[in-house]
Amino acid sequence: MKAPSLIAVLIAGALFGFGLSYASMIKPEVVLSFLRFEDFGLLWVLGSASMVTLLAYQLAPRFMSKPLLEPAFKSRASASNRDTLLGAALFGIGWGICGVCPGPAIAGLGAANWPMIITLLSIFAGAYVQGVLAGRKGS
Amino acid sequence: MDEISLLETKMPLFETLFPLGIAHYLIGGLLIGAAVSFLFVATGLIGGLSTFFTSTWSYVSSGAYFQRDEFVTTRNWRLIYAVGLVLGAAIWMFTVGESFQTSVSWWQLALGGFVAGYGARLSNGCTSGHGICGLASLQLPSLLAVIIFLGAAMVSAAVVKTVGGV
Repeated sequence: MKAPSLIAVLIAGALFGFGLSYASMIKPEVVLSFLRFEDFGLLWVLGSASMVTLLAYQLAPRFMSKPLLEPAFKSRASASNRDTLLGAALFGIGWGICGVCPGPAIAGLGAANWPMIITLLSIFAGAYVQGVLAGRKGS
Repeated sequence: MDEISLLETKMPLFETLFPLGIAHYLIGGLLIGAAVSFLFVATGLIGGLSTFFTSTWSYVSSGAYFQRDEFVTTRNWRLIYAVGLVLGAAIWMFTVGESFQTSVSWWQLALGGFVAGYGARLSNGCTSGHGICGLASLQLPSLLAVIIFLGAAMVSAAVVKTVGGV
């Protein structure tokens, strides 16, 4: 991937991090208050982000033969299997314990939310164990 | 009577559901959507975040799983995407926001992060991968995953509170 694409990736990431922060999702307390039915505001974050992305994902490939900087649009295919659903349940349990999901765990660094580094490293650890176990299963 | 208290009097349900208002949630969500959309229109990439936590291991681990093409060939842009997230949050802090230290207990941050990390990678998606990108791709398994992880998170957040968590 060439420099212009990587710069676009950096800009997209920065906009994502700014949006997450603006929506207060980098505050685990806010996420936990949503999960405990005290403030339903996070539905607006998920809803509006998904709607905008839905438009882009559905319309861009129809009106553009290729992305601006790369040869082809990728697509997301989610597998309908046990791992997807069991993993989602485990992810939810973990998310409910700490109030931090992967995006905010990364963005939290930039907003100097230092205790969230614990979560960032723990997510890396969880991903490592998953990768090692998946490697054994596959070999 | 100012406008806000007028709104509160007129819309008690709204005030109950959204005690902090919805403007920052809505604007933040639109910005996140704009970010993922821009990534797609410019580069064709799907901007979920959890894969970053596996693909980054491929720099240091020679394990067969981590060395798969799907991780090795995407690890660079995923790392840059993550750096962008840190940068964006820093820009927010220095402009309209302020730094904030969470008071969530260390054991919650550690245990929750580990379980969430394991689960998100097993599921191949998190709040952004299944939630934003999967729903926008009209993927039924992602919709099921979102329903399951929201439900599970509500239960575990309630349990954590009863055992003394923040």
